[in-house]
Amino acid sequence: MSVTLTEAAANHVRSFLENRGQGVGIRLGVRTSGCSGMAYVLEFADEQEEDDQVFEEHGVKVLVDPKSLLYLDGTELDYTKEGLNEGFKFNNPNVKDACGCGESFNV
Amino acid sequence: MALLQLTEPGQSAAPHQHRLAAGIDLGTTNSLVASVRSGKAGTLPDDSGQHLLPSVVRYIPDGVIVGEEAKAQAVLDPLNTIVSVKRLLGRGVEDVKTLGSRLPYQFKQQQNTVPRIHTVAGDVTPVEVSAEILKTLNRRAEKSLGGELEGVVITVPAYFDDAQRQATKDAARVAGLRVLRLLNEPTSAAVAYGLDHGSDGIHAIYDLGGGTFDISILRLRRGVFEVLSTGGDSALGGDDFDRLVAEWIMQQAGIDDSADHAMLRRLMRDACSAKETLTTAEVAPLRVDLGNGDYWEGKLTREGFEQLVEALVRKTLVSCRRALRDAGLRPEEIEDVVLVGGSTRVPLVRELVGEFFRTRPLAEIDPDRVVAIGAAVQADVLVGNKSGEEMLLLDVIPLSLGIETMGGLVEKIVPRNTTIPVARAQEFTTFKDGQIAMAIHVLQGERELVSDCRSLAHFELRGIPSMVAGGARIKVTFSVDADGLLGVEAREESSGVKASVVVKPSYGLTDLEIEEMLRDSIDHAAEDLEARGLRERQVEANRTIEALRAALDEDGEVLLDKTEYQAIEEQLDKLIEVSGGSDQQAIKQQIDNLEKACEFYVERRMNASVKKAMAGHSVKDFE
Repeated sequence: MSVTLTEAAANHVRSFLENRGQGVGIRLGVRTSGCSGMAYVLEFADEQEEDDQVFEEHGVKVLVDPKSLLYLDGTELDYTKEGLNEGFKFNNPNVKDACGCGESFNV
Repeated sequence: MALLQLTEPGQSAAPHQHRLAAGIDLGTTNSLVASVRSGKAGTLPDDSGQHLLPSVVRYIPDGVIVGEEAKAQAVLDPLNTIVSVKRLLGRGVEDVKTLGSRLPYQFKQQQNTVPRIHTVAGDVTPVEVSAEILKTLNRRAEKSLGGELEGVVITVPAYFDDAQRQATKDAARVAGLRVLRLLNEPTSAAVAYGLDHGSDGIHAIYDLGGGTFDISILRLRRGVFEVLSTGGDSALGGDDFDRLVAEWIMQQAGIDDSADHAMLRRLMRDACSAKETLTTAEVAPLRVDLGNGDYWEGKLTREGFEQLVEALVRKTLVSCRRALRDAGLRPEEIEDVVLVGGSTRVPLVRELVGEFFRTRPLAEIDPDRVVAIGAAVQADVLVGNKSGEEMLLLDVIPLSLGIETMGGLVEKIVPRNTTIPVARAQEFTTFKDGQIAMAIHVLQGERELVSDCRSLAHFELRGIPSMVAGGARIKVTFSVDADGLLGVEAREESSGVKASVVVKPSYGLTDLEIEEMLRDSIDHAAEDLEARGLRERQVEANRTIEALRAALDEDGEVLLDKTEYQAIEEQLDKLIEVSGGSDQQAIKQQIDNLEKACEFYVERRMNASVKKAMAGHSVKDFE
């Protein structure tokens, strides 16, 4: 079970963390909400919880709670540009269907 | 799928509920939009990678063009291309005239006091022109952030008065934006520099933009900004540097004042690019299209440029000195100076500012973007994306607010540099017996006389119960909200009748320029003191005259013999005569004379009324 980061994502995370001035890494997760079941959580992490699974890639620590990991296993976090918009993108192989914009999903 | 941003722990938004917010620097020359993404604030570029949007709007028969494209065509189509519209925002027709006869627009002559600019697409107001700029920035932000904006913070010069602030808000409304807050530009710059996370101290923000100059003295204490004082000049900036250079070119090239609009535009453009060249180079070559196929060639050295603009730069330092004086500080007490605005790239500006404050000015953040970045940070907080730490920004009102009192005097209720939001109340009373209404005249400014201040609003409090003069208690409350907008309420305390007004833009009223108003208040301080003294004496004299007249009518003929009556009348007439003059001392003297002349009469009246009260009683009743 694992999640991965692309190099572009890692570079951005590092720069955002540096700019923020604190934090041990980032937290990925899912929670139930939204129009199609699940929604992603993508936050700065200030501390590691006991149950957290920790993945480290390109020098960035990624924390995932064990329950979320079930839904995120195999996910690659990428950073991309779409026109003027730019941001993080979850490439999650578990997703069966998602709402129109992909912000919430089902497994 | 939608692209996501990193959020603070626990702040992840539900799908489709991202709280998107942006900061907008609506500038005279250029405008910018910025936002915080993944905790980092930055300005947002357009499709071609440009961050600065020239604040230029061109009207064509079937549409509107905003930005670079409009700016490029300004030379070809000067009458339909509006530049530096911020200078007209919230101003009246009369104010606009004083901004210089060189404005190349056709203002529509009309009854209404809001200036309307005639274009091929119809007549437009400065608010509508500004709204076009905001719309363009909004579209850019929504494309960049992938959703609709929940709200924006728009920055305004610290010196914007109520009318100008309201006009800015109106422009946002026309553009369909929700304004979270208007923020003073210098305060925004301080936020961008993260001075709020630094150590406590006093900072100066020196902002020399395209069209305005602001100096703000901020104190950071325990992570909270307090604006100690603000100063500046709402009509001084890089455009003026360009104008001086353009005038110099006209002189050198023998171009006379009757040059057409297109020619003037070309000159301004050439002047501006020469100025920019001289930021790094020692000499700027010039080649001016004279319009008749000929060209004038010459060069401007940095030294020559500095000679042209030095007086203007020194003028900014006068404002700096005044702002320091308002804050009760000396230049060496300023920890650091933040440079804001494109014109602070001029080497002479950096040199003289550094000299004045005896410190090397800070300029690490692009001076053109720093204000927008601070606004974005503030917008992010206001829209609720920040956990825990609340950022509290205190701003100040730029000019004192007050009401007119008897004798055409201004009673200041909220003094300038009071931090906002604020509510202040003061009690007033009636001047005449049986007075049942009171006109409230709201004014803004530093001078003592109504005629020298800016009139903001008039309203009337009616239904005051009939009482003797001085009997009514009328509480006038001024409240200024976080955006610097003013509400005034008058309330008669015993009956509870009240009336209020929200100060709406008062375009077209005598608008002495704000900087001018401040300078005047200092230049005329002695004169004003004299004028106030005189008016107060005159009011006192009138009150004495009225009271005496009333008494004479009542019992003068009973209590006084003919000679006595005549003696008092004589003194009274003398007072009426001197009170119309301008000699304070003489009025005071005559009031004293009259009072002396009346002493025995007052005594007799007293005795008479005591006698009347005691009639039918024995002395014992009063023991």
